[in-house]
Amino acid sequence: MSFVQNVQKVLKQNIREYGMYIALFVIMAIFAFTTNGVFINSRNISNLFNQTGYIAVLAVGMTLVIVIRHIDLSIGFLAGFLGAVAAIALVFWKLPVWVVIPMVLVMGAIAGLITAFPVAHLKIPSFVASLAGWLIYRGALLLVTAGTGTIIVPDAAFNAIGNGYIPDFPDLGFLPGIHKLTLLLGVIAVVFFVFSEINSRKKKQAYNFEVLPLEIFIIKLTFIAILIGLITWVLAGYNGISWTVVIVLVVVAIYHFVTTQMVLGRHIYAIGGNPEAAELSGINVKKMIYVVFGSMGMLSALSGILFTSRLQSATTTAGTLFELDAIAAAYVGGVSAAGGVGKVTGSIIGALVMMSLTNGMNLMGIDISLQYIVRGAVLAAAVIFDVTTRNRSK
Amino acid sequence: METPLLEMKNITKEFPGVKALDNVSFQVRAGEIHCLVGENGAGKSTLMKVLSGVYPYGDYSGEILLEGETQQYSQIRDSEKAGIAIIYQELALVPDMTVYENIFLGHEISSAAQVVDWNETVQRAGEMLQKVKLKLNPELKVKDLGVGQQQLVEIAKALSRDVKILILDEPTAALNEDDSANLLNLLRDLKEQGVTCILISHKLKEVIQIADTVTVLRDGKTICTLDARNGEVSEAVLIKHMVGREIDNIYPQRERTVSDEVVLEVRDWNAYDPNLGRSILKNVSINLKRGEIVGLAGLMGSGRTELALSIFGNPDGYHLNGELYLKGEQKNFKRPQDAIKAGMAYVTEDRKGDGLILIQDVKQNITLANLQEIANNGVVDENAEIKVANEYRESLNIKTPSVEQKVSNLSGGNQQKVCLGKWLFVKPDVLILDEPTRGIDVGAKFEIYTIMTRLVQQGMSIIMISSELPEILGMSDRVYIVSSGRISGELPIEEATQEKIMHMATN
Repeated sequence: MSFVQNVQKVLKQNIREYGMYIALFVIMAIFAFTTNGVFINSRNISNLFNQTGYIAVLAVGMTLVIVIRHIDLSIGFLAGFLGAVAAIALVFWKLPVWVVIPMVLVMGAIAGLITAFPVAHLKIPSFVASLAGWLIYRGALLLVTAGTGTIIVPDAAFNAIGNGYIPDFPDLGFLPGIHKLTLLLGVIAVVFFVFSEINSRKKKQAYNFEVLPLEIFIIKLTFIAILIGLITWVLAGYNGISWTVVIVLVVVAIYHFVTTQMVLGRHIYAIGGNPEAAELSGINVKKMIYVVFGSMGMLSALSGILFTSRLQSATTTAGTLFELDAIAAAYVGGVSAAGGVGKVTGSIIGALVMMSLTNGMNLMGIDISLQYIVRGAVLAAAVIFDVTTRNRSK
Repeated sequence: METPLLEMKNITKEFPGVKALDNVSFQVRAGEIHCLVGENGAGKSTLMKVLSGVYPYGDYSGEILLEGETQQYSQIRDSEKAGIAIIYQELALVPDMTVYENIFLGHEISSAAQVVDWNETVQRAGEMLQKVKLKLNPELKVKDLGVGQQQLVEIAKALSRDVKILILDEPTAALNEDDSANLLNLLRDLKEQGVTCILISHKLKEVIQIADTVTVLRDGKTICTLDARNGEVSEAVLIKHMVGREIDNIYPQRERTVSDEVVLEVRDWNAYDPNLGRSILKNVSINLKRGEIVGLAGLMGSGRTELALSIFGNPDGYHLNGELYLKGEQKNFKRPQDAIKAGMAYVTEDRKGDGLILIQDVKQNITLANLQEIANNGVVDENAEIKVANEYRESLNIKTPSVEQKVSNLSGGNQQKVCLGKWLFVKPDVLILDEPTRGIDVGAKFEIYTIMTRLVQQGMSIIMISSELPEILGMSDRVYIVSSGRISGELPIEEATQEKIMHMATN
């Protein structure tokens, strides 16, 4: 097979996955052009990533919820409520940060399990069960902030989660204004990536399995290496990697690993693909509903922490519409409403696409009314693209 | 001779790879009860679907004449308008609507402005219920009625449309004896009133009781049409016509490998389905020996699949009662997971519906039921997975470009082999195969039979549920016959014949 044919074949097989990256690239290029480069300067990209953080972690959890053919509408106000609980625990109960964060995460997980109960055992549609949660947590948020209104959080360590950056080496006298630790981490990431890819390819070849043609493999490696390098360089040009980005990366890494490499992930996708077949294959469907909703609740708590920390305060309206942003991010990221299909990495890209639109249009000074219309159109286009490419592949 | 009310001439209907109807001709006289009998898959339902317009004109070849006039239905509505009403085995009522709403569903009594006249509707519904001798308040919801009553409501619904021909597909399959007798009496009354009726039934006793004429179909062909009024039709005659098929010699020769060790035993097994609200298995006792293939014969809806499911961890939540022994130990499986761990596997009847995950690839489907085997600390070893999948691809001869192909792209036979592979990877002692060769071509059938032969030689035990009698006779060491949720007979293979099995299955 010739090189061009190879490229065509690989592109064709992965059009849906690559489509999203291409869309993100196109959107970024358009904004870079219309804002005279302001959109892609270091400060804005860093800001964009930090803005995306609290939606991104929700989108990761929502991916699994949608994969098992459910939905969770309660997560927005759950995040808002638990963010307020964190603020109260820090400000009024004077608990230290290292107690507050695990406590709130556990509360989130419990909230998720509570949502799962009627869904798993009483077969109540998750739309209804979580809509009840939406109302309840909204009320709970108003209740806990009723006496005080907005709660200002003075704790520096807590606020660093949403606003701080990883420390740098002391000034070494070269590359002034560049965050050296970020660069180093970027280089390590590239090296690690290249080695693990080569390693996995070698293993596959040892078993005589099909692998990508060598030229394409090299192109893929180079492309992704350059991409990581570029992002690192841009971030290093401002304050470096933020703690928010670190947290999101850790969450994505864990979820990506669990969904693609572990038995647990396989069982989740099997349930999404065909719940009857999964049950008959010995998978405990009820238990998996608890696992998925529990993880969703925990990530809602994390989202609440990120948001409260970013604002350095808990507000009475925190969490409004987070759930719909997360759902939109997941759909844009290629999660199928029919269940069984979707990647957490895709949902992260989806979240970035949606946040880039907001950020870019804000920079351009476009009116908020038009912003909603554009984001709606992009969501519709993404889902239409997804459905049509899926049908064609059959 | 008078013109028949309905005449179907030379009807041929093909599905990809199968001729479901092959030049079938069928005549119904006005005012008679005409029974249509045949084995599962003989073409009865297909013929009725052609008649009712489910398969539109042009989808089949041949001609339909109603009162001497050619009919060309392009949808069900057309045949309804012409006066043909069909009542399916699965009732088509809306459970949460009232009886009167259901009776007039789709042809509501309404004014020119499409406003429904509910008073008139309730009144007319009452009249219709009288016609079918059902004394109940038409304002009840259908879900609160028994199955027998629901059936009568369906008939009332058909009558409300000036029906010329009433077609009933297995109307008594879900009914108890009283309700069945009641329904048959009603059909006789309707006949007096001039309604023509086509009845599809597996219950030959009923057929003999009620039919004026019987038509037998076999393998998509009309075998004969018999006059049943002068008592010449007997069960033996019907069964002979139904099963008179040559047994093709497509079954691999095998040595009997049955040992004395009983691997699976079920005693006094009863099941009640809370969703259907009736008992589906009654006092079933069966056993299976190591190295044995036991055939489970019976007609559709007799309870074979339900028996398999109830043993295999009971995923549908039947209320069970009885004893289950696996390798001598009494078991009480709470879910399929438990049954699998104990050494059982179940290849389902509907491989697309509840067997495979169509959007996933071959390897993921094969390893699904036993991922622990290729995982370390919960992390799946993908290379081991591909290796395992390739082993089964080779040993079962699954034709696929690679194990990373989505199973939705495979042919029926290869999909079935993937299902089989999935369950063999569990390394079971007892393998239940539910209609293992349905909808697959002869070549793939033979391969599946060969695999089964190999498995019992290796000491596995197989329960094979099948509607195809030649398959039951060709592959089994012993046959149980299931009828209406009971074991109505057990035959060693030497004594089993198609006639005997069909006789037990239709009782």
